[in-house]
Amino acid sequence: MRALMFGWEFPPHILGGLGTASYGLTRGMAQQGDMEITFVLPRPWGDEDQSFLRIIGANSVDVPGRGCIEFSGRYPNNLIEEIGNYEAVAAQLAYREQFDIIHSHDWLTYLAGVAVKHITGKPLVIHVHATDFDRSRGNVNPTVYAIERRGMDEADHIMCVSNLTRQTVIEKYGQHPDKVSTVHNAVEPLPNPDEFQKHERKDKLVTFLGRITMQKGPEYFVEAAARVLEKTDGVRFVMAGSGDMMAKMIDLVAKRGISDKFHFPGFMRGKQVQQILADSDVYIMPSVSEPFGISPLEAMQVGCPSIISHQSGCAEILHHAIKTDYWDIDAMADAIYAIVKYPAMYKSLSQLGREEVNNIRWYDAGLKVRDIYNRVLGWK
Amino acid sequence: MKNICFCFQMHAPYRLKRYRFFEIGQDHYYYDDMATEEYITWLTQTSYLPLCRTIQEMINLSKNRFHCALAVSGTMLELFEQFVPEMIDVLKDLAGSKCVEFVRVPYSYSLAAQCNSSEMEMQINAHAKKMKDVLGVSSATLWNTELLYSDEIAGLAWKMGYKTIMTEGAKHILSYKSSNYLYSTCANNKQSLLMRNAGMSDALSFHFSDPNWHEYPMDAEKYANKLASLPEEEQLVNLWMGAETFGVLQPGWTGIFEFLKALPYYVIEQNMTFLTPSEAAKQLSTNEPIVSPYPLTWTGEGKDLSTFLGNDLQQEATNKFYAVTERVHLCEDKSLKRDWMLLQDVNYLHYMNHIDQGSTTFESAYDAFINYMNILSDFLQRVDEQYPTTIENEELNSLLKTITNQEKEIASLNAEIKKLKKKK
Repeated sequence: MRALMFGWEFPPHILGGLGTASYGLTRGMAQQGDMEITFVLPRPWGDEDQSFLRIIGANSVDVPGRGCIEFSGRYPNNLIEEIGNYEAVAAQLAYREQFDIIHSHDWLTYLAGVAVKHITGKPLVIHVHATDFDRSRGNVNPTVYAIERRGMDEADHIMCVSNLTRQTVIEKYGQHPDKVSTVHNAVEPLPNPDEFQKHERKDKLVTFLGRITMQKGPEYFVEAAARVLEKTDGVRFVMAGSGDMMAKMIDLVAKRGISDKFHFPGFMRGKQVQQILADSDVYIMPSVSEPFGISPLEAMQVGCPSIISHQSGCAEILHHAIKTDYWDIDAMADAIYAIVKYPAMYKSLSQLGREEVNNIRWYDAGLKVRDIYNRVLGWK
Repeated sequence: MKNICFCFQMHAPYRLKRYRFFEIGQDHYYYDDMATEEYITWLTQTSYLPLCRTIQEMINLSKNRFHCALAVSGTMLELFEQFVPEMIDVLKDLAGSKCVEFVRVPYSYSLAAQCNSSEMEMQINAHAKKMKDVLGVSSATLWNTELLYSDEIAGLAWKMGYKTIMTEGAKHILSYKSSNYLYSTCANNKQSLLMRNAGMSDALSFHFSDPNWHEYPMDAEKYANKLASLPEEEQLVNLWMGAETFGVLQPGWTGIFEFLKALPYYVIEQNMTFLTPSEAAKQLSTNEPIVSPYPLTWTGEGKDLSTFLGNDLQQEATNKFYAVTERVHLCEDKSLKRDWMLLQDVNYLHYMNHIDQGSTTFESAYDAFINYMNILSDFLQRVDEQYPTTIENEELNSLLKTITNQEKEIASLNAEIKKLKKKK
């Protein structure tokens, strides 16, 4: 089976979870043996791993009358224009490439998928990694919504990364439930699981890691930290990452009078991320709305216990993680306290969590996607 | 002739309230009375009360030939007194009929037998006193928590005067042997061991109303015939189950109460007799001792303690708790002693199981553990205030001995002074 995939990010140059998920899923699907994947990116950097798929750069496709179009490959201010250009490139590929099915990852590439579908008549599946309802806490951008809606209406099948997202797609985008399936994300196994070891330190470390934006609920983490520090000593809190709410958070931390125990190390990348997770006693993700949320799984891979919000898609498949509501700072504080104070808690979450995550494989997610392909094509 | 021994077990824990860590040291009340009342009232109305009324009827209809045992924990009796006092009257009537044996159960349905033998004694004695006070009954038969049994526990029970012990007819202990005999224990050949017939008991608890069960539908006549058709030489069938089998596991509409009510007629017709555990121990001859070096219970696949002590959470909670046993025994604070009693309920450990959490109200095993450990932390602080943990147990013992003995000492010294003065 040959799939033409449209994506926006691909490791090693990634800005969010979308790139990681695209990589994991395609790699998992490649293990099926008879999958040929062509992956279209706005702007490849040349150092992507192409051992299991073929990457086409949209910026190197000749569009009649325009030549090769420049792409930033990021999320620039003229994003809508860039999406339009991407669509134009896709239309060209529709004539040149050989494939059985079209697969679009996230709203940036929906229009490209739709264009190819109209030209070739081949079925389109779209992969919803997030919706604008997640990103905006309800204040949806009408332009983005219109694009998302069009992609979903035109798609032959919609795959969502969690039941939570599936529900949003059905309720907020008016899609028929039969057309919408859930394919939970997985996590790439670490090449060398023992590479990241916990360093001995006097204080316990509680870590938040991600974009410091409204969607991630950073303020609830600060409030929970203040609760914990009221009662106990020997715990430090880390908010790694950057984002538009960072200054506000630094203010809030100062206002609660916990600046001496609360640290902002800034944006982290690559192995730094795994190392701080391995060093942490608790990883916390109080997201207000998280379609899936792969980072707790990454924390659990290196043996770090995770606290996640019920409003995160990954809560649907994790048992050995603590789940609270994002607004329930008492429960969150209680969970932090328990993990740092009761050794059995840390030990169980760390060991059983690692075991659990090691059994969530992209290969299985890939099989589910393959199943959907077959259904859409009527092959089986 | 075949004998049938029924036993219905009743226990429910106090519901714990949501207890956050910032309440440690501030709030010393751990229970959610509203939730407890609601649960106990519901449980009693749907199951225990109709069951006891049915038993009373069975006794009357069979002209006192229906005998059975009830295993009611001390906590349970307390909860009845508080929330459904009519249950006490019903139990008193049953006690008055002389057809029902109220067997001994650890007061708060704890694993003390496994964790601390002196605490086990306390639990047993507390239960004996409670049963005597409320129902005016006594018994020399032990139903340990979740039928927990080992050779060591048998020895402990023998020392305390319990001549009969009830336990699970676990396959890994019995191997080729049948549960349908009266056995003796390793502790003493005069101590009898009764073993539950798991198959026949579970048939009622878990399969009675299941249309996919190969024996469905089950009725009293068929069940009595099955009992009668067991090998001739097998003398005793122990049918023991949680009382909530009747009304909860098998709701009233399945006809389980009518089934039970009809059973004595058919059993007696087949020339079988109903016995209580102590009657069985008295009337039947015992067979060879059963060897059980490792603890067994009636729960889980393995019929062992793994349901309650199988994971790190459960072990930490238990170890932390029983580490202060000696100190709590020494102290006089009534409310502290009461919390000590209630907090060892085996259900609280069950809630911390990752796979099967029993009748939990917590979201997960971790949630249950967090709540319990917060409560336990507060409790341990209170113990520590009475007797600081910085002092070793032995040192503490000798100090306390000095304190309690000082009056005697002073009196004897005074007497000596007087004597000496007289001599002068």
